[in-house]
Amino acid sequence: MSAVMVDVHGVHKSFGPQEVLRGVDLEVSAGEVTVILGPSGSGKSTLLRTINHLEKVNRGWISIDGELIGYRRSGNKLHELKEKDVLKQRTNIGFVFQNFNLFPHLTVLENLVEAPVSALGRPRKEAEDTARRLLERVGLADKTGAYPRQLSGGQQQRVAIARALALEPKVLLFDEPTSALDPELVGEVLDVIKDLARTGTTMIVVTHEIGFAREAADTVVFMDAGVVVEQGPPSAVLDAPQHERTRAFLSKVL
Amino acid sequence: MSSDTITEPAPRLVEDPAELKVVPTRHYARWAAGAAVIVLIAQFVHGLATNPVWEWNVFRDYVLSETIVQAVWVTLQLTAYATVLGFLLGTVIAFMRLSRSPLLSTVAWAYIWIFRSIPMIVQLVFWFNLSALYKELGLGIPFGPVFFSVDSNTLIGTIGAAVIGLTLHQAAYAAEIVRGGVLAVDDGQLEAAAALGIPRLRQIRRIVLPQAMRAILPTAGNEIIGLLKGTSVVYVMSIGELFYQVQVIYGRNGRVIPLLLVATAWYVVLTSLLSVAQYYVERRYARGADRTPPPTPFQRARRFVTKESS
Ligand SMILES: Nc1ncnc2c1ncn2[C@@H]1O[C@H](COP(=O)(O)OP(=O)(O)OP(=O)(O)O)[C@@H](O)[C@H]1O
Ligand SMILES: [Mg+2]
Repeated sequence: MSAVMVDVHGVHKSFGPQEVLRGVDLEVSAGEVTVILGPSGSGKSTLLRTINHLEKVNRGWISIDGELIGYRRSGNKLHELKEKDVLKQRTNIGFVFQNFNLFPHLTVLENLVEAPVSALGRPRKEAEDTARRLLERVGLADKTGAYPRQLSGGQQQRVAIARALALEPKVLLFDEPTSALDPELVGEVLDVIKDLARTGTTMIVVTHEIGFAREAADTVVFMDAGVVVEQGPPSAVLDAPQHERTRAFLSKVL
Repeated sequence: MSSDTITEPAPRLVEDPAELKVVPTRHYARWAAGAAVIVLIAQFVHGLATNPVWEWNVFRDYVLSETIVQAVWVTLQLTAYATVLGFLLGTVIAFMRLSRSPLLSTVAWAYIWIFRSIPMIVQLVFWFNLSALYKELGLGIPFGPVFFSVDSNTLIGTIGAAVIGLTLHQAAYAAEIVRGGVLAVDDGQLEAAAALGIPRLRQIRRIVLPQAMRAILPTAGNEIIGLLKGTSVVYVMSIGELFYQVQVIYGRNGRVIPLLLVATAWYVVLTSLLSVAQYYVERRYARGADRTPPPTPFQRARRFVTKESS
C-alpha cells in the first residue's frame, strides 16, 4: 500500500443553517484515482472545494502529502494561514472546473504560462516549453496561439487540464469535467484523464460517468447527504453495492 | 375527372434558377427624405460660409495663434492629469468599496457620496481658496507634533488646485465605473486564478482588470470626453486654458462669435481624436471576446472599395 496523498478527516461544512458536509472521511493513496459519485446536492463539489481551501471547513482537517491545508498546527491549536501561504499551497493542487474557467483574454499558451510564472516564479522560457509539451500531450499542439472562445468545449477542457498540470501538482481535482460538454465531446476529455491515470497521477474525479468510473477508478466513493455512504473498488461498489442508498442511486443512473 | 391536368408539367420560368434576376425594393419615401435633408444641410453650410456674422477671417487669424495653441495645451494637460490620477484613485476606491473589510468599503462609499454631491465648480473654488482655510499644510502625527509645514497656496498653486479638484471629482465617478466593470467579470475567473495560486494583486491586474475593461471603456470614454469639456469650468480660477483664453481675447476685441467658434473647433477636434483613440483601445481589449474580430473602419472601407470595383 502506497503512502496517503490526500487525507480528509472528519470534515464538516455548513452554509448558514444548512449542513452540507457532515463528517467526511476520505483517504486517497498516491498514484490512485478516486471517483466520487452521488446525487445532486450531496456535497461533492463542496468537498472538492474544501480540499483546495476554496471553502473553509467548520470542523475537521485536510492534509495533502502530510501538509495541513489552510492551517498551521502548533500544539493543540490550528492557526489560519495567510492568503499568500494558502495560494502557495494551492499550486500543489490542480483544479479542473465544470465550465473550464479559462482566461478568455489570454491565448492558450498564456493561460498555461501565467500561474507557473507568477505563482512559482519559473522563468518564462521554461514555462513556455513545459506548456508546449503539455499541449502536445492533450492533443492541442497546434492551438497555442488561439483564444479559448475559438475552441470547442472539449478542446477548452483539455486546455484547462493542461493548465492545471503546468504547476506539476501533487493531486488533481476534477469537478464534473464533462458535464458541460456535448455528448460527442465527452470521450476526448475522458481519454486525456484516463491517460493521466495510467501515468500514475493522483486524482479525485467527481463525475456522473459510471463507465469511466468502472474503467479508470481504483476506488469509487458514494456520497449522499454530506457523508460517505460507501467506498471500495469499482467492482464492489458498482456491481455489488452494500447500501440501499447506493443501489437506489445506481439504478437511476445506469 | 381531369387527372391529366395534374400530371401536366408546370410551366418553367427559366432554365437555370441562378439566372433569375433580383430586383431590389425601391424606397421612394427614403429617397425623398434624403433629398430634403441634403437641401437643408446645404443651406446651413452655405449660411455658415457666407453670412458675415461668423467673421471667418477672425477665426482664421486666431485658430492657430500661439496664445490659443498654448491654451489648448493647458486644456490637454488638465485633462490628462485628471484622467490618469482620477482613474488611478478611482480604481483604488473601487476595490476598497468591493473589499470584505466593512471599514474600507464604508470609507469608499462615503467618498463617492460626498464627491458626487458637490458640484465641480464649487469644489474648484474651494480648493482655490484653500489657503484661506488652512494657512499651512503640515505633515505630522494626527493631533501630535507637526514635522514640517508649507504655505498651502505655494505648494498647491493654481494649476495644482485645479488638478486636485478635477481629480477628486473624477475619482468618484471613475470608482463606480471601475466597480461596475469588475462586477461584470465572471466569478469563475477569480476562482480559477485563486485555484492556480496566482498572487492576489496579479489576479486583479492580469485576470480581472483586463476583462473588466470591456465594460469600463465605453463609459470611461464618455467620462474623459466630459472631462475635456469640463476643464472649461476652470476658467473661474483664471487658468489660461482654452475657454478662459478665448474669453480674454474677445473681452479685448469684442469678436465674440468667431472666438467661440475657435474654441468650438478645438473641442470638436480633440473630442474626435479621443473618440478614435477609444475605438482602438476598445478593440485591443476585445481580444479573445469574439471568434473573429470585426474589421477596423479602414479595413471595412478598403473592402468596400475593392468589392465595388470588382
Ligand atoms: N456558497 C454556497 N452557499 C450556500 N449554499 C451552498 C453553497 N455552495 C453549495 N451550497 C449548497 O450545498 C449543497 C451541496 O452543494 P454541492 O454543490 O456540493 O452539491 P453537489 O453534490 O456537487 O451537486 P451537483 O451534482 O448538483 O453538482 C447544495 O444544497 C447547495 O445548495
Ligand atoms: Mg457539483
